[in-house]
Amino acid sequence: MRPLTEAETRAVFEKLGKYIGENIQLLVDRPDGTYCFRLHRDRVYYLSEKLLKLAASIPRDSLVAPGTCFGKFTKSQKFRLSVTALDFLAPYAKFKVWVKPGSEQSFLYGNHVLKSGLGRITENTAQYQGVVVYSMADVPLGFGVAAKSTQECRKVDPLAIVVFHQADVGEYVRNEDTLT
Amino acid sequence: MAAVRVEAVLAAAEEQEAEKRRSITVEKELELEFDLGNLLALDRNPPPAAAALRGAGPRREALLRALARDNTQLLVSRLWELPAERAGGAGGPLVARLPEPTFRLPREKPPPRPRPPTRWEQFARLKGIRRRKKTSLVWDEQAKEWRRRWGYRRAGGDPARAWLAEVPAGADPEEDQFARLRREKRERVARNELNRLRNLARAHRAGSAVPAAPLHPTGHQDREELRRVARVARVSTASLGRFQPRLPKEPAEPPSRSGGRKRRFEPLLGNLAAERSRQLELLRDMGSKKPVLDITRAVNKQMRQEEAEAAAAHKGKKQSQRGKRGRRQQRPGRSGKKSGARRQQQQQKPAGGGTGGGRRKKA
Repeated sequence: MRPLTEAETRAVFEKLGKYIGENIQLLVDRPDGTYCFRLHRDRVYYLSEKLLKLAASIPRDSLVAPGTCFGKFTKSQKFRLSVTALDFLAPYAKFKVWVKPGSEQSFLYGNHVLKSGLGRITENTAQYQGVVVYSMADVPLGFGVAAKSTQECRKVDPLAIVVFHQADVGEYVRNEDTLT
Repeated sequence: MAAVRVEAVLAAAEEQEAEKRRSITVEKELELEFDLGNLLALDRNPPPAAAALRGAGPRREALLRALARDNTQLLVSRLWELPAERAGGAGGPLVARLPEPTFRLPREKPPPRPRPPTRWEQFARLKGIRRRKKTSLVWDEQAKEWRRRWGYRRAGGDPARAWLAEVPAGADPEEDQFARLRREKRERVARNELNRLRNLARAHRAGSAVPAAPLHPTGHQDREELRRVARVARVSTASLGRFQPRLPKEPAEPPSRSGGRKRRFEPLLGNLAAERSRQLELLRDMGSKKPVLDITRAVNKQMRQEEAEAAAAHKGKKQSQRGKRGRRQQRPGRSGKKSGARRQQQQQKPAGGGTGGGRRKKA
């Protein structure tokens, strides 16, 4: 386990910024405690100082996961956000997409969101903007990338993809053994 | 007395000035030979008299300096005759194009030594064995045709032919002859390889011709070598390649401060407050540089405006049928001027409004 280098921190913040914008400082600078990011086996974890001090005393080979895994660095040093970060992205999301009850299941199986399944979308969403996907009952289901801007969403035909799937809570069941 | 002294001083000063502003023409018996590519001027004139040069002193220094000055003057006047142009636009410096150098400069480093002979070469020289040129094709008796000496379908190399391996006279009858043949071949190959490497090592140790990779492409280099050479070339600048622009497909590699040594990280439980402040500063930097997507925002804004106008046109059309009074009653908050202006705009763009409204209905 080690702290992130400057380049790695920049990559992580850029990725997070795509979903929550400038609210990242609410994650970095929290009123209820000191939280930090640490890298363990190419995965980025978000943990409190107390937990950090406890995890520091565990040998590296035996340590599975300290704190919440936000994502991992691939072999070519690109940062990939995983679904386990959803709990921290959802409250601070800038652009949201609500999905109709009929196509919730489809999204949770890993498919993209079509226009026919789109319930609501935040105004002013740009194309390829990172969005958080909610069900109509305001339960966060996952996150993705907007395939069309809000204006275009109104005009496309019903079978066009409006949100590219990136991660959903169904992965907790599907990828049970590979998720940390 | 004072006047004479003043005159003398003035005359001396004038002489000094004249010396400084000496004319640029220099008289020489023999013309100098110039190699402007190397900025070289060869003076074949006989040197000043030996008597004048004897004995270190100010006179000798003055003579030598005058000689050097004259020759340099000639070289510089030749340089000024070269075709010149202004580099970097009108205000840039005047740059002359030098011709190709003609003077052969001597070697900088000693020439490479020939490599030492290998063990076989020494033996062959000793015994007087000479290379005999071998034919490439060999007559194969069994196949009754000319086959190559080695390689695909070689003479006598057909594996199906070697179906029998006789047990030699004094050998163990239980031993597997095929395995023995295979093992011996493997040993021969290994010994050959070992000897080759030993010869190479001997040659290398003798410090003979192992030329460094030339920094210009020769056409015989493979990809790895070219990559290595490119990396060396990039680092061979005054700032060690830090400000060198990358080639089109070269991956961006930040220079390792440690210079190839092991990376060092921040301590795990270091000053968390400092870490937090550093991250906040990083966020501030990132936030300030991020340009807002002006174009897409502007496009979306425009589309929204058009749609709003189309919607208003649609409503306006409906309500204009009811009459002016009806519309004014339905929209109490609007001023007369504004609605009038909007009506004119909508009337001017009926087509766009109509189709826009139609599409919105379907969506």
